[in-house]
Amino acid sequence: MSEKTASAAADTFPRLLLEHASVRGGSPALREKYLGIWQTWTWSETAAEVRAMAMGLHSLGFKRGDNLAIIGDNRPRLYMAFAAAQCLGGVAVPMYQDAVAAEMTFVLENANIQFAIVEDQEQVDKLLEARDTLPQIAHIIYEDPRGLRTYDAPGLTSLEALRELGSAHDKANPGLFDREVAVGKATDVSVMLYTSGTTGKPKGVCQSHEAFITAARGGVQFDRLTAADNVLSYLPMAWVGDHLFSYAQALVSGFTVNCPESGETVMTDLREIGPTYYFAPPRIFENVLTNVTIRMEDASRIKRSLYERFMKIAKRHGSDILDGKPVSFTNRMLYALGNVLVYGPLKNTLGMSRIRVAYTAGAAIGPDLFRFFRSIGINLKQLYGSTETCAYVCLQPDGEIKFDSVGKAAPGVEVKLADNGEVLVRGAMVLKEYYKRPDATAESIDANGYFHTGDAGVFDTDGHLRIIDRAKDVGHLSTGAMFAPNYIENKLKFFSHIGEAVCFGHDKDHVVAFINIDLTAVGNWAERRNIVYSGYIDLAGKDEVYGLIKDCVEQVNAELATEGELSHSQIERFLILHKQLDPDDDELTRTRKVRRGFIAEKYAPLLDALFNGGTVQHIETQVKFEDGRTGSIAADVKIADAKKFPAVAKVAA
Amino acid sequence: MSDTSNARKVGDVILKVDNISLRFGGVKALTDISFDVREHEIRAIIGPNGAGKSSMLNVINGVYRPQEGTITFHGKQRHDMDTHEAAEHGIARTFQNIALFTGMTVLDNIMTGRNLKIKSTFIEQAFWIGRARREEIENRKVVEEIIDFLQLQSVRKTPVSRLPYGIKKRVELARALAAEPTMLLLDEPMAGMNVEEKQDMCRFIIDTNEQFGTTIVLIEHDMGVVMDISDRVVVLDYGKKIGDGTPDEVRNNPDVITAYLGAH
Repeated sequence: MSEKTASAAADTFPRLLLEHASVRGGSPALREKYLGIWQTWTWSETAAEVRAMAMGLHSLGFKRGDNLAIIGDNRPRLYMAFAAAQCLGGVAVPMYQDAVAAEMTFVLENANIQFAIVEDQEQVDKLLEARDTLPQIAHIIYEDPRGLRTYDAPGLTSLEALRELGSAHDKANPGLFDREVAVGKATDVSVMLYTSGTTGKPKGVCQSHEAFITAARGGVQFDRLTAADNVLSYLPMAWVGDHLFSYAQALVSGFTVNCPESGETVMTDLREIGPTYYFAPPRIFENVLTNVTIRMEDASRIKRSLYERFMKIAKRHGSDILDGKPVSFTNRMLYALGNVLVYGPLKNTLGMSRIRVAYTAGAAIGPDLFRFFRSIGINLKQLYGSTETCAYVCLQPDGEIKFDSVGKAAPGVEVKLADNGEVLVRGAMVLKEYYKRPDATAESIDANGYFHTGDAGVFDTDGHLRIIDRAKDVGHLSTGAMFAPNYIENKLKFFSHIGEAVCFGHDKDHVVAFINIDLTAVGNWAERRNIVYSGYIDLAGKDEVYGLIKDCVEQVNAELATEGELSHSQIERFLILHKQLDPDDDELTRTRKVRRGFIAEKYAPLLDALFNGGTVQHIETQVKFEDGRTGSIAADVKIADAKKFPAVAKVAA
Repeated sequence: MSDTSNARKVGDVILKVDNISLRFGGVKALTDISFDVREHEIRAIIGPNGAGKSSMLNVINGVYRPQEGTITFHGKQRHDMDTHEAAEHGIARTFQNIALFTGMTVLDNIMTGRNLKIKSTFIEQAFWIGRARREEIENRKVVEEIIDFLQLQSVRKTPVSRLPYGIKKRVELARALAAEPTMLLLDEPMAGMNVEEKQDMCRFIIDTNEQFGTTIVLIEHDMGVVMDISDRVVVLDYGKKIGDGTPDEVRNNPDVITAYLGAH
């Protein structure tokens, strides 16, 4: 345990909060930009507000074991609401603030919500709408009174009024608050996070104080976080990552959580705060890089050539310097010069100058993207976890960074692989249960206490875990070799010319792929080569484009050849689809995941041709246009072969 | 923006125009127009193109001087209004064609709306001494509250010339609100906007009215919007008043149907 973070005696979040209030009462706990100025709540102010809120809830009848819905953007008072519920032995249930009323109904009903603390009129409206069918929602407490002055619904109270109620209740019942906090146990459920429910109804994941505190302590020690660190919390509070980074770790280590002014100002706020610890999903890093690239293209020639020259140096030596590997003196000096001229100012513009540790997770990150941020000196790392494990299973240690692994098992976590490659996890951070779902709980936690993540992975020679696919998607070729379609598809999609890819090969003797080109990127490429085309179908059928994609596929094959067991699943034949896969045609989910089974049925003739050695196949497909009309398109789709590489002897464990 | 206790409740008549006639040479822009505006209400002026709607607004805040008629504002009857006097008595307006300082930031543009509230001298301001500093802080606070109210935080420091049209319109409204008006004249606040921008603007107009009790007189083309948000509507056609009443009354007025709605 690093020196003065929090003593081991504080084993619930309310106790941690009270301890910070006494140890570092004057230090900032929360900040929010309001009216253009960063407003600060110190730890003692935070504790006082939480106390008033908790007592207010108590006076309204909120009792031990009740669930408190929390809905809104990342606001200090909503974070306090988590603690307020927990002080009384209640459970915080954060919900996604952009869900519509109908989507909220399920969770509100499932969690039997009677109390809700929400941000503003928008959320109040949704809850009042939900109340038509769920009369149990008795108390709705709102933070921002704008637009609500004319509302006259029973049980609608402002947070201001709740705090006043609480202060009065506190005076009338001295000692009540401390007693309530003292009764709380580490094994009590502290928070319930609902899984997104891509398959079936959302499930409430019950996590105890102990689980999140263990996960947070582990992370805090692992990355040596202290009370002096700063984070910007801008990801939904209902998401496990935000709960770990902005709530649990903040309460364990005592660092400052900063809330942006609004969703649109995050980039400006990032610059002003200069967080030392940062988390973002890959798509945010991708947006940042795209913006940098576009702005550099518009920059003057001198700036552009400086940027290009020094980015080359950064690419060669940046990561090694960051990892503490040996780099020659000259190159170090060049890098230092680049830091003064390019990397430093760039990081400053992005608000990333002070970042000590940055994490990304949630989706595969492209190697180029990952290397870019590391090369300019941002310690970007990957982690692996899920809602059921408090987002804490594997972390990449400093100096041992690989873009295709998620790191080693985090402190206090036991990770092993099942026979089918599924990742199994055991430790204090594993969920207590799914709320009211003993069947689902029994299904995912086995007799030995291992949680079945549903992800398939392999360990490499250094003991790093590599997540390759969802376990249920992993198949086997007829030769018995492992086949992880999603893993190969992701590798293909890292090429900017490839928009979508779908791989098949389960129970077959080789792997084939459907490919969608990225119309913008390939269109651009074609224009520069004076290749004339009329639209997607035309471009997709060009021999030159097939050549371009073939290169990409063969590069993927070359990579796969080095990856032990996966070297057998190199792509033998591929085709470029004559239409773009589209959620409107049910080929992709709304979150743009490929629906492999549906696609295999719909394009069965193409798939047969791929496996049976045809070279051209005619196909006619129904399409839905945006205005709802349907039409059909026909095309003769060419099929190409790709070169396979012999497996390189670098066997994975 | 300090007075937020004005719960919305339509009160007494605060502005009354009687028998207003306005001519430009031989062109009769307005003929014998009379109507009134009550405190805290949303009053719409509608009519086909060239009906004299903007002229009417310009008469109210003193840009045009009518040849005949009287204007009674806060109980004081006068022949015409003076622009300065109008502003000092709490009348603010926005324009049909956006009239912002395009090179200045959103923040600075809204700050100009506080001009009347600044009492410090040029010298004090130049050297940032005496009242200047205190006033600037006070005014900035009011402006920040408006920025928060109209959700302009993300463009606070952006020059107006770089903003999309819908946001510019919102900045105009913000500048008008910065004067803490008791009456707000809006000249086609939703012209040229897309559906979403219109919805936002409606919301902001209603919120302004509810939160600050500001009386609002607006000109609008979009009938749906007018019927939804206004308490009473005046209908002009060829400079003459042909209808006056609640949205429902106006909608069923045969003259209005022939002159305006019937044309569709």
